[in-house]
Amino acid sequence: MRMLRCLATLFLLMMTVLPLKAATAIADADLTALVNALGAGDFDATEQAIAALAASGDDRVAGILDKLGNGELVTRKADKAVFIGEKADKDFKLTDPVTGADAGIVPKATVDKLKVNNKLRRAIATAVGTLTLRNADPKVRLAAAEAVMKSQDAAAIPALDAAIGAETDAAVKTAMISARAAAVLASDLPDSEKAKAVDTIADLGTRDALGMIAPYAGQAGPIGDAVKAATTAINAKLALWDAGQNIWYGLSLGSVLLLAAIGLAITFGVMGIINMAHGEMVMLGAYATFGVQELIRNNAPELFDYSLLIALPVAFVTAGGVGILIERSIIRWLYGRPLETLLATWGVSLILQQAVRTIFGANNREVGNPSWMSGAFTIGEMQVTWSRLWIIAFAAVVFLSLIGVLKKTALGLQMRAVTANRPMASAMGIRTPFIDALTFGLGSGIAGLAGVALSQIDNVSPNLGRGYIIDSFMVVVFGGVGNLWGTLVGAMTLGVANKFLEPYAGAVLGKILLLVFIILFIQKRPRGLFALKGRAVEA
Amino acid sequence: MSMTFTRRTFGLLAFAGALSASTMLAHAEDTIKVGVLHSLSGTMAISETTLKDTVLFLIDEQNKKGGVLGKKLEAVVVDPASNWPLFAEKARELISKDKVSVVFGCWTSVSRKSVLPVFKELNSILFYPVQYEGEESERNVFYTGAAPNQQAIPAVDYLMKEEGVKRWVLEGTDYVYPRTTNKILEAYLKAKGVPAEDIIVNYTPFGFADWQTEVSKIKAFGAEGKKTAVVSTINGDANVPFYKELGNQGIKAEDIPVVAFSVGEEELAGMDTKPLVGHLAAWNYFESVDTPENAEFIDAWHKYIGNDKRTTNDPMEATYIGFNAWVKAVEAAGTTDTDPVIDALPGTTVPNLSGGYATIMPNHHITKPVLIGEIQDDGQFDIVSQTAPVVGDEWSDYLEGSKDLISDWRKPMNCGNFNVVTGKCGGAG
Repeated sequence: MRMLRCLATLFLLMMTVLPLKAATAIADADLTALVNALGAGDFDATEQAIAALAASGDDRVAGILDKLGNGELVTRKADKAVFIGEKADKDFKLTDPVTGADAGIVPKATVDKLKVNNKLRRAIATAVGTLTLRNADPKVRLAAAEAVMKSQDAAAIPALDAAIGAETDAAVKTAMISARAAAVLASDLPDSEKAKAVDTIADLGTRDALGMIAPYAGQAGPIGDAVKAATTAINAKLALWDAGQNIWYGLSLGSVLLLAAIGLAITFGVMGIINMAHGEMVMLGAYATFGVQELIRNNAPELFDYSLLIALPVAFVTAGGVGILIERSIIRWLYGRPLETLLATWGVSLILQQAVRTIFGANNREVGNPSWMSGAFTIGEMQVTWSRLWIIAFAAVVFLSLIGVLKKTALGLQMRAVTANRPMASAMGIRTPFIDALTFGLGSGIAGLAGVALSQIDNVSPNLGRGYIIDSFMVVVFGGVGNLWGTLVGAMTLGVANKFLEPYAGAVLGKILLLVFIILFIQKRPRGLFALKGRAVEA
Repeated sequence: MSMTFTRRTFGLLAFAGALSASTMLAHAEDTIKVGVLHSLSGTMAISETTLKDTVLFLIDEQNKKGGVLGKKLEAVVVDPASNWPLFAEKARELISKDKVSVVFGCWTSVSRKSVLPVFKELNSILFYPVQYEGEESERNVFYTGAAPNQQAIPAVDYLMKEEGVKRWVLEGTDYVYPRTTNKILEAYLKAKGVPAEDIIVNYTPFGFADWQTEVSKIKAFGAEGKKTAVVSTINGDANVPFYKELGNQGIKAEDIPVVAFSVGEEELAGMDTKPLVGHLAAWNYFESVDTPENAEFIDAWHKYIGNDKRTTNDPMEATYIGFNAWVKAVEAAGTTDTDPVIDALPGTTVPNLSGGYATIMPNHHITKPVLIGEIQDDGQFDIVSQTAPVVGDEWSDYLEGSKDLISDWRKPMNCGNFNVVTGKCGGAG
């Protein structure tokens, strides 16, 4: 590291002594020698070679270092020359990194991949950052400023000063000033400068800013005071954001619980069937998603971003179909015998798990995230991941549609009628066995929809359903059997409570505390949050 | 009624038992039986099925070379279904009913603990191929996976030296292996001068799926001005959502590296590894090991299994070493009887797949090099560090009560927990 610093300082000295030109270039042969040094020895040697390359200031260096960071460079075993290597079947297509000339196709065995580790990746990021501070693209300049800020390298101050002077974009300029402040903290500049730098960084108000100034809290004089004042201010701000973050996490966990439980709210809540194979319906939905994605990957890769939308009906029909099959073949003989139903559906769940294991293998299956579900964005100090946001939205849509089906359609009316008073409904001409099958199919199909969503955040393995069955029953019982709104409130309450307990009690104890709470709650209100009233309850 | 039923069933069972025993005897003349005790259903099937295939593959290879002592090997496969008590039952069945000479099996520590009394009582041999928490040495068991000093401690050393890590998050699933390993690591880190406030230990339940809070806690802990790393003993299925959440929250390996002891090629197979490039794993073998032995092994494995996408992993190499050591010891002893083979095993040296040799030590653990690999975007590992072979240390030097113990199963000591302070066999007390 010290070596790197020295070299970087040297380079910056050279930069300041020599006139700063927008475009610097050195002879191809010299650059090739520098590039070849990348593959000459171990990681330490490569680190020095990176610094030397950066010191050359050549315009092509940033591109070459990027390629090194991405693992695209190879060394030819025969002469240790470094090339850009592209895989072509079992061979490698080589390109000269300096001139861009084609260097032919060679077998894989004759080249070695140039390996990088984290230390090298950091060195590359710093070098590329310093080199691209004057890039034409403001986005690249912003990334460069951020990379330099992370490195907290005092040697970068002259380069930053030059870049700040020439910067026209306000946002990039601010980032560069912060980066300069970070570098100043690590330098030998006088304390008054450093205290000012602390203020500059503290103005960012982020957790990273806190991390950067924290090591100086113990210092006497203006620096220590500035750090202490800034730390208190930032912490107060972060505490608020943390609470917001916890609520967000809670809602997100709640939406997952809701999705898993809402199908069960139909089969268990409305029909009164203890369906231990409910989790396996979720799993089937996830595997249906996998199947759809596999088809799309092989036949129409351009549709990949729509794969989840296509998977929704497939998962609904698959899980719903299996649900109807189970209801018609097993459960309908067991109505009114909860213990036998429990055992039979438990058996079904084992059969389904092992069937999936036999067909798809015991390993996890990869279900990809479409681009619109990957990554995250920040609101203030709160991080919001796209996948979680979409799952919350999806849970809301599923919940509202289900309410709609139950309250507004003829099928929903018949379902409610059969549940409320079976003989009377039958007397009114409703085909109760048909409705039973459809209701169970609906509950299972919704579990299948949950599987599509869960495939984005959990493993797609035969055990997927196991993890959700207990939580689902917990939500339905807590929320009040037979009441969908109860399930919604139950899921969200448990989600948020869990996420507020977790930071203090830890995940294991948090879960235990929650279960204890539910046990106590059920003692007090055996019918859950929203108890059904009326004759249906006594039946 | 129930009485007669039981009696009749019992009689039938006894009859069936006698029948199968007699057929066994007829068979025993021409083959040597090898027991395979790995879960093929239930939660552990994801990991253990591969090891069952590995043993079958090794037996097949050995039979092509003419078997052992002029006899063919025959596999007896049972399915303990990820059910710990069933492991003991199935082990008893393998030893007493099927009369196997040796058993390869178990993955979780609790399954190993469950079969221990059976192997002791019936005096048979178990080869255990998975990294574990140590603190055990039994006469009937050979541990070919890593002890903590062959995996965890070298990984921490690497992070300290190469990455300059000053703060540590020990993140694990809540059961015996992570708890013991973390206890050892905590003691080790403190011995290295890491202050207590720079270590947090955190546990999550099995199959934990919602990592949002945990990951943001790690992020906050890491953003306090000192280089931070996560040492992960997270087990099995919980890993995929953990790494997904790391990727989602934008924690890159350059900022906070995660070194894992339970994540291998198999676990990465179900994941998009692009956001994970640079996170680390410590094992004694990686599929990407560049040696002729490994290339040959992978090639033969792909041919046997009929799928050239199937990955290889560390417990497979451990099985490979254990199997070959057993074959060599049986040939040296000239018999498959338990006692001579147990006596012949210590000192047996067989090639490993990373270009060196593994020797079975008197403490029934083996020597193996420690490899640190970085995850690549193709789901493989780039090896960034490799040590010389390390001797497995069954009783950790960093734990009270175990640091004075040694194990030596050779005569005359013949003891798994000899206390060098009191000079007696029998543990800490």
